[in-house]
This record gives sequence, C-alpha cells and structure tokens, in this order.
Amino acid sequence: MLPPDSQIQFDSEGRLKHFLTINGLPRETLINILDMAESFINFGQREIKKVPLLRGKTLVNLFFEPSTRTRTTFEIAGKRLSADVINLSAARMSTSKGETILDTVRTLEAMHTDLFVVRDSASGAPHLIASHLPSHVKVINAGDGRHAHPTQAMLDMFTIRQVKGQFENLKVAIIGDILHSRVARSQIHALKILNVAEIRIIGPRTLIPTEIESMGVTTTGDMRAGLEDIDVVMMLRIQRERMDGQLIPSEQEYFNRYGLTEEKLSYAKNDAIVLHPGPINRGLEISSSVADGSRSLILNQVTNGIAVRMSIMATLMGGNESKK
Amino acid sequence: MIAPIDVLPLISQMSHDISRLNLSNPLFIGIHTGGVWIAEKIHQQLLPEGIDTHGSLGALDISFYRDDFMEVGINPEVGGSHLPHSIDDRNIVLIDDVLYSGRTIRAAMNEIFAYGRPATIKLAVLIDRGGKQLPIQADVIGCQLTLDNNQYAKLKNTDSGLQIDIVQSEEDQ
Repeated sequence: MLPPDSQIQFDSEGRLKHFLTINGLPRETLINILDMAESFINFGQREIKKVPLLRGKTLVNLFFEPSTRTRTTFEIAGKRLSADVINLSAARMSTSKGETILDTVRTLEAMHTDLFVVRDSASGAPHLIASHLPSHVKVINAGDGRHAHPTQAMLDMFTIRQVKGQFENLKVAIIGDILHSRVARSQIHALKILNVAEIRIIGPRTLIPTEIESMGVTTTGDMRAGLEDIDVVMMLRIQRERMDGQLIPSEQEYFNRYGLTEEKLSYAKNDAIVLHPGPINRGLEISSSVADGSRSLILNQVTNGIAVRMSIMATLMGGNESKK
Repeated sequence: MIAPIDVLPLISQMSHDISRLNLSNPLFIGIHTGGVWIAEKIHQQLLPEGIDTHGSLGALDISFYRDDFMEVGINPEVGGSHLPHSIDDRNIVLIDDVLYSGRTIRAAMNEIFAYGRPATIKLAVLIDRGGKQLPIQADVIGCQLTLDNNQYAKLKNTDSGLQIDIVQSEEDQ
C-alpha cells in the first residue's frame, strides 16, 4: 500500500507521472533515474549540448520561494532537453494561499504547459497543484515547506553512488537542522529505499523532531560518537530565516559543537565524503577548509543536479502518449 | 525457418567493400548494441594495431534521438555515446546490424550532427531486411533478407561469437 502522498505520483498503469516525494517509490524507479542521469553527465563534450527529447514541450518553473541553484539547474536541464522554459517567481500573499496558487496554475495550464516545476513554502503545494491538473500535465516538486525536496535527494544519491559505487554497505550521517529540513526527509526516504547499512541523525535536540526515529534512523547529539565509522557526511543548512525562538544557543556555540571542521571530520572514515545541499553558511554549519577541501563534493552536487533533473523530466514525459 | 547465417564472412566482405570506398581518415561509428560489435571487428580488420592508434572508432546510443520517445519512453540503461574529440571533416562509416525502417539511422545522423560537421557519412549494415519507411539506403550491405512484418532479426554476442537470431514476434514490430 502506497503512502497517501505518493499515490498521486502514478498513473493507472503504474507509470510515474509526477515527482512529488521519494516516499513510496520503488527501488527500481530510483535506480533507473540514477542510471539514466549517468548518460546525461557527459553532455559537456558535445558541440550541441542538447537532445530533442522535450522539443515542443513547455516547462514552467514556478518558484514561490527564492532559489538560485535549484531553479537554475531545472532551467538548464529543461533547455538541454530542448523544452521551452519559462521562469516565474512570485512573492505570495500569506492569506488565501490555496486559491492564489491554483488560479496561477490554471492560467498557465490554459497556455498549454506540459510540465510544472514547483517550489513553495507551504508543504503539499505541489501535490495540490498536481491533483487539479489534467492527467497529461506533470508536476515536479522542487521543495515544499518542510515536507520534501525529492530532486535534491536524488542528486545526492547520484553523487554518493558516483564516488562509492553502491549503497548497501554505507553508513551515513545527516547533520544539523533536521526540524526545518525537507532535504533531510527526502534523503532519509531515498537512503532507506536504496538500502544503506545505517543512517544517523546528528544535531541539537531542539532541531531534531521527536518522530524522526520512526523513519528507521538513530539520533545523537554527540558529533564524535555520531561520526565514528561514517562513510558519507550529509550536512544541512542552518535555516536562519526559519529560526524563531531559542532553537540554537548562539551561532558560535553551534559551530563549536556541530560545525563540521577538519577535526570533527577526522572521527569519520578516512575516505568519508562530505555533501551539502547549499547554500552553505561558512563558519556556522561547516568550516571553509572542509567546504573547500578535497573530500567536499558540494560543487559536484550542483553539476550532477542538472543530469539528475534531466533524467527525472525524461522519465515523467516519455512513454505517456498513446501510440497513434 | 531461415538457415543459420555465418556472420564473420559477411563482416569480412563488408570490410572489403568499405576499403574499396577509398575513404581518407575514416571514422567507424557503431550503433548500440549490435552495430558496435560489428564496427569493432571492421575497425580491427581495416586498421589493425600499429596503423591506427586512436580516433577512428566510435559508438552511438541513439536513445535520446528516437522519434517514438513520447509513446514508449526510453530504456534507462542508455549506453552512452562515445565519439572522438572532433568529428569535423571526417569521413564517417555508420555501422548497424539491421536496417529496417530507417528510423534508427535518421536518429543516428541527427545525433552525429550534435557533435560536429562530418565531411561524408556512408552507411554499412550487416542485414538489409527491407521494409524501409524513410528514404535511406545502405552503401555497404552484408546480406539481404526478406522478412515478414512479424519477424525480426537481431544480432547476439554469444560465447561462440556473433550470431543472428530471427525471431517470430507475437505482434507486429
């Protein structure tokens, strides 16, 4: 039985038609997306960095929340697949959210949009949009509230596999602000589906939601114990804009205890890799020497994000029109 | 039932026919998967080690250029295309196992032009089975077969070497 927020992602024949959450996706779907992304990686060497898969299709990037790398990589991904890409950023009113967003989407749908990429501060907004569109229109979640950021998790999985080759024997630590993090939730779903050996959540108790252990992870407030024997260190951004109240004592104290420094990284395995979804807060959750160091894959993640998003778009758009 | 076809003599004949085209600095490009195997053999026969060092063999996976993507999608295990750094002004020999509708060749030529502007492209196929839907002809043909619409030919790489299978399909291919 699929989780309720996942059911809408499939059509009546079991094909993926929206990409809203990792939760409930079969392992095979994730592997197929990673495999196909592999073949989009070498596009840089071509004279023409485009393939005609989405020629004549219209992609609308609908961003109700600020974003640089996610929106840009979606735009590049769409253009490399030959889609016509339109970028809309909207500062939204806080009242009448549902109506406003649906009206916007219906208007754009009337202009024959084929694929929406949606980011919104409200959890569930892409799901809401998907449920109100005709079946040939696809939706990709580019981050909704605290709920999910599935394409980020997929590019993280791609980056891990690129270096480590597999998932089954890996011990992974996710560090920082889990409470506000849609990235962490999607990462945990993906890592579980791909069968990693262990997932540890590390951070101050105020930033770790109590129900998180039900996802099959362990939690600790201690960096030394948490990082021991770890293969993959996944950092999260401290979301300053969402920090209301006394969630962290002070930025300096947070860095002292949880900021990833060379010294703390030395508790992990010698060949441990470091990921961060960006944008990074240097000197808050990560030191510059680690962020710019040889084990940091932060810029690889950005490059890989294009190939992975191309793969997800091609997966949703291909094979959905009936044979004439 | 069609008698078994001996593949290697056909490939040798193709190599011979290609050499008579007198192409200068040829670039052999095989189309995944069968065409790649044939291209490797032809490359070996025409440019044995020592004469050629690199840059005259390539492989194409045309998945991203297929014209039926919206109907059937793509196989996630795209083999990837590997061509030399520059193909500008090269004389390309495009190699495939079976020529049928011609749509694969159309897609392959589109993809080649995403890498550059070759001087010429010749087409060499192991089997021309008839049934073309596009105005595409091979310059070099290993053998010609006449197959029904519900039959298709497929090159397989087995322990005992390359082998052509004629398969009866449930539905029209």
